[in-house]
Amino acid sequence: VIAAGIDVGAKTTKAILMDGDAILGRGAVPTGFDQDQAACQALGVARQEAALEESSIKKVFFTGLAGRSFASAAGHISSVRAAARGTIHLLPEARTIIDVGAEQSYSLSCDAHGAVLDFALNERCAAGSGAFLEAMSHALEVTLQELDALAGKASGKVRITAQCTIFAESEVVSLIHSQTPKPDIAGAIIDSIASRVAATVRGMGSTPLVVLIGGLARCAAFRTGLQSSLEMDVQIPENPEFACALGAALIAMEEQ
Amino acid sequence: VTPSTLPREEAWRWPETRWQSSEIGSASGRRIAAGVDVGSVSTQAVLLADGELYTYANLRTGSSSSQSAEKAMQLALESTGLRLQDIHACVGTGYGRVNVPFAKCTITEIACHARGAHHIYGPTVRTVLDMGGQDCKAIRCDEKGRVVDFLMNDKCAAGTGRGLEVFAELLHVPIQEMGALSLRVTREPPMVSSTCVVFAKSEALGLLRQGWSKEETLAAYHAAMANRLGALLRRLGVEKDFAITGGIAKNIGIVSRLRRELDVEPLTASIDPQIAGALGAALLADEMLDEI
Repeated sequence: VIAAGIDVGAKTTKAILMDGDAILGRGAVPTGFDQDQAACQALGVARQEAALEESSIKKVFFTGLAGRSFASAAGHISSVRAAARGTIHLLPEARTIIDVGAEQSYSLSCDAHGAVLDFALNERCAAGSGAFLEAMSHALEVTLQELDALAGKASGKVRITAQCTIFAESEVVSLIHSQTPKPDIAGAIIDSIASRVAATVRGMGSTPLVVLIGGLARCAAFRTGLQSSLEMDVQIPENPEFACALGAALIAMEEQ
Repeated sequence: VTPSTLPREEAWRWPETRWQSSEIGSASGRRIAAGVDVGSVSTQAVLLADGELYTYANLRTGSSSSQSAEKAMQLALESTGLRLQDIHACVGTGYGRVNVPFAKCTITEIACHARGAHHIYGPTVRTVLDMGGQDCKAIRCDEKGRVVDFLMNDKCAAGTGRGLEVFAELLHVPIQEMGALSLRVTREPPMVSSTCVVFAKSEALGLLRQGWSKEETLAAYHAAMANRLGALLRRLGVEKDFAITGGIAKNIGIVSRLRRELDVEPLTASIDPQIAGALGAALLADEMLDEI
């Protein structure tokens, strides 16, 4: 049975097509303002990669932004449940999963079957989400990739004290004005978000193996920062931004 | 006396002002006390002559606290015939208070705002809401303007002037006109649901896309701010009389919604509520001279 999992994120919508254990295709498009359209487009890209007819997809499960018209027609599962199921499939040893997305982040603990035991969610504050890094890279006038590369060369002497994204923005601007080297500012930015995410994880307890998924898993400096904040090894699965879509597809197949 | 408006640097930023009492002619030979409040967004310098409000300057804070303090003090002294060395005592307050080079000592802005509100609004004030650039404080004070208790938010931009600045930029509306504009709606729309200013901004963009007017979007954000400030005040407990200080006290959109939210009438006054901190500092400096 061919099933699809679609993860509608604040910034990017991801779709994955599966047949049993095999991944047939993936698609990712910007979410924009029309979530239904984004879901269709992402699925379209995945279908093209898999060279599949629309009629051959028997089941579609959604995760991510909830309560949308398209999602209500199919099944909808929570991000936390999808993340656990998808990550366990990729890394069966995972017991603590951290997902940092564009506008929210959460950490969860799960068992060997991918059942969620506990989770802590931050969706109210931009600090600790991709939105923080986006605002900071804007203030520093670099891309996210450049920010990541710069942070790798930081001396570690500079700190950002503000927690709030808006206040941190002003702090970055004054650091620029006082001629602080860019790599040091970038390092301070990454340390700030890493320590904030780590605090959420610690509050819940961090059983190894700790796994990082979501868009920010692509940021090498963030992973390093998280590892030193947690004093633990943090693993990243293949295609970390698709973990939730994968979980949704797997659950779609299981719930026949 | 109407404040003279100095040239604006950018349209969305509030105008800087200077004021001088028309009743006090020459200050020479009088006892001069000063207060400087270096905030994260604005800096005020206030001069008292024999304990009476003589002159003040209200400027936007630059990148250096000490330069901002000096600039504000120079503007306050301008055309008074006084020099810096003629000031008998000066108290620094606010976020940058340790960087006021000519201050004799520093006092927290909480104490200064309570004292300033006591002077501006009178001795019946028991609850003060100071709405500043990067923080907001709910303060309970006694009949002498001394602080009894307070609560503050300085961790998050929601409910602060910085949040309003973000919306002024987003909607291209001069910050001093936002409040009045937010009241130009036929009925109050549902408030912006995101607390975080970053998310509120994306939410507002979505609303504008759906066809909401600037006025409606502003109303939704002002209502959310008033709601948040109301929650802070209720946690402290609002005892009458109630007064508002700080730059946002001049935003009618926030003040009128806060009045509705709390069902308490805030006191009004003829003195600019944005100078409350510096005025309080100057009054405390003047009291120190009394003690000598």
